Amino acid sequence: MSVQTPIPTSGASAVTPPQDRVAGRLPRWGQLAAFACGTAIAALLSWLTDSTVVLFVIYAAVLGTLVLYVASRRAEGRRQATDRLVTAIVTSAFGIAMVPLAALVWEVVGRGIERLDAEFFSASLQGIVGEGGGAYHALMGTLIITGLTALISVPVGLMTAIYLVEYAQGRLKRAITFFVDVMTGIPSIVAGLFAYALFVLLFGPGIRLGIMGAVALSVLMIPVVVRSAEEVLKLVPNELREASYALGVPKWRTIVKVVLPTAIAGLGTGVTLAIARVVGETAPLLITVGITNATNFNPFDGRMATLPVYAYYQLTQPGVPPEFAIDRAWTAALILIILVMGLNVVARVISRFFAPKTGR
Amino acid sequence: MTATRTPSDQSTSRPLRRPGDRIFAGTAKAAGISILVVLAGVAAFLVVEAVPAVTAPSGEIPGGEGLVGYIAPLLFGTLLSAAIALVVATPLAVAIALFITHYAPRRVAAGLGYVVDLLAAIPSIVYGFWGVYWLAPKLVPLFRWLEENLGFIPFFAGPTSSTGRTMLTVGLVLAIMILPIISAISREVFLQVPTLHKEAALALGATRWEMIRMAVIPYGKSGIIGGSMLGLGRALGETMAVALVLSVSGGITLNLISSANPGTIAANVALEFPESTGLDVNTLIASGLALFVITLAVNMLARWVVNRRADFSGAN
Repeated sequence: MSVQTPIPTSGASAVTPPQDRVAGRLPRWGQLAAFACGTAIAALLSWLTDSTVVLFVIYAAVLGTLVLYVASRRAEGRRQATDRLVTAIVTSAFGIAMVPLAALVWEVVGRGIERLDAEFFSASLQGIVGEGGGAYHALMGTLIITGLTALISVPVGLMTAIYLVEYAQGRLKRAITFFVDVMTGIPSIVAGLFAYALFVLLFGPGIRLGIMGAVALSVLMIPVVVRSAEEVLKLVPNELREASYALGVPKWRTIVKVVLPTAIAGLGTGVTLAIARVVGETAPLLITVGITNATNFNPFDGRMATLPVYAYYQLTQPGVPPEFAIDRAWTAALILIILVMGLNVVARVISRFFAPKTGR
Repeated sequence: MTATRTPSDQSTSRPLRRPGDRIFAGTAKAAGISILVVLAGVAAFLVVEAVPAVTAPSGEIPGGEGLVGYIAPLLFGTLLSAAIALVVATPLAVAIALFITHYAPRRVAAGLGYVVDLLAAIPSIVYGFWGVYWLAPKLVPLFRWLEENLGFIPFFAGPTSSTGRTMLTVGLVLAIMILPIISAISREVFLQVPTLHKEAALALGATRWEMIRMAVIPYGKSGIIGGSMLGLGRALGETMAVALVLSVSGGITLNLISSANPGTIAANVALEFPESTGLDVNTLIASGLALFVITLAVNMLARWVVNRRADFSGAN
C-alpha cells in the first residue's frame, strides 16, 4: 500500500514541472517585439517630456530590456530572464563603446576637412598671420623624427627579440622580458623628460633638438617592437631551424637566412604598428623638440615642428583671429588620424599578403 | 659584450664556434642588455635632474610651499582622474570582452575586436580635441542635473562648470582611452578558458550567463585585474588629453563637476615645461620622477599578476 501511493503523485508532478525549470521559450520574434514595445513607450515618453534624440535612444534601450526581462521572467523563469538581461547589457556595452569612436571620427573629419587643401601640404607657417598657411614643415618634421626613431628602435628591438627567442636563458631572459613589459607602460611624458635630462647633461639647459625627440620616442617604441617581434619569432617552427643546423649552417646564418625571412610578414606588421603608436605622440615632442614656424630639416640643429605639437599649439595659442589657426589644428588632427589608421591598414595588408606559404 | 663571455674552454668543447656566430650573439645580447640600461638610465637621469629641486629651499619652489606642497595636489589630481577612469572603464571593458568572445556571431567577432582596438590607435591629442569640443559641452546638462539632484554628495557639490572641462569629463575621456587596453587583455584570457570547463557548465544545464559566471569569470579574474592595472598605468601617465580638457585652478578638492580642479602631474609638465627655466625645470622633472615611480610600481604589479596566471594556467 505504502509503496503504491506515491505513484500517482509522481505522475502528477511530471505533468506540472517544478517552478524553476524551463517552462517554455519565448518565440523567436519575442525579443524583437519586446524592443519594439520599449521603443514605443520611449517615443511616447520623450514626446511627453520633450527630450532629445540621445535620451530617446537611452529610454528605448532601457525600456526594451525591461519589457524583455519581464516577459521572459513570466514565460521562461528567473534564470532565462537573467540570461537575457545580461545579453542585453553586454550588447549595449559594446554599443556604448562605439559611440565615442564614431563621434570622434565624425567630429574630426567634419572640422578637419575644411583646410584639407593643397596649400596645407605645401606651405609652412613662416610669415603667416591669420588665413592660409599650412603644415608642410610640421609634416616633414614628423616624418624625419619618426624615421629617426624607427632607425634607432627597429635594430635594437629586433636584436633584443632575437636574443630573447634564440639565445637568452635563465635569469637575464626573465629580467629582460619583464622589464620590456614594464617599459611599455612608461608614460610618454616621462620618456620626454628622460631625453631632456640626458641632453641637458651633454649640451646645457634649454636645449631643443629633433634628435632628442627621436630618443624620447625610441624609449616608447623599442618595447613595442620587442614584444611583437618576440611573438612572431616564437611562431617560427623549430623544424626549420633544425633542418638548417643539420645542413651545417651556422646559427647566425640560420637566423638571418631562415628564421627572419619566415617571420618577415609578422615583423613588418609589428614594426608598422609600433610606428603607428609613436607617430601621434605629442607630449615627449612638446618638451624636447618644441615648435617653430619655419621649415627645419636638420634634426641636429634647433627646434623642429611636428604635426601633433603643431596641432596642439594651433588650438591652444591660435593668435588674434583665432578661427584660422583652429581650422589648421583640426586639419592636422585629421591628418594624424589618417596617418595612424593608414599605418594600421598597411600593417594588416602586410600580414595578409606577405605571410609565409605554409605547406599545411 | 663578447669579452664577458668567460668560459672559453667550454666553447672549444662545442662543435664549432665561428666568429660570425660570436659577433651576432654578442650584438643580440648587447641589444637585450641595452633595454635594462635604458630603463636604469631613465631613472638615473631623472634623479640627477631632480636633485636641485629636492635640495632647494622650499621658498624657491613654484608656489612657495616646497616640493611636497607643489606635487601633492598634482598627485591627488592624477590619482583621482585615473580612479574615475578605472571605475568607469573596467565593467564596460569586461562586458565588451565578453560580447566579443561569447556573444557576437563568430564571423564578425574578430572584426569587432579590431574596431575596439582602433580606439587605442587614436592619438591622445585627438582625444583632447574631441573632449574639449564635443564631449565637454554635451556633459554640461548632465552635470547640472547631478548638481541639482545629487548635490549632497561631495563629488557633485558644484557649482557646475559652464564649459564642462571638469575632472569628471577628464575621467570619462581617460576611461575611453584605457577601454581597449583592459578589454584586449580580458579578451585574451577569456579565450584561454578551457572549452571543457565551459561545456561542462552548459552540460549541467547552465544558461550562457551562468556558464560565464561559473567558468569564464573565475578563470579570467587575474586577467581582468592585470588588464585594469595596465589601464590604470596608462591613465596615470596620460598627458595631452588631460592638458587640453582639464581647466586647472586651485588645489585638492573632491568636487568633480566644478571649474576649479587640481591638475595632474603629466598634464602639468606638458603645460608648464615649454615656458620654464632654471629651478622650475628641475621641479617639473622631480614631479615627473614621482610619476615614473608610481607608474613603474603599478605596471610591475600588473605584469606580475598577469604573468602569474600564465605560469600555472592549464590551458595549453
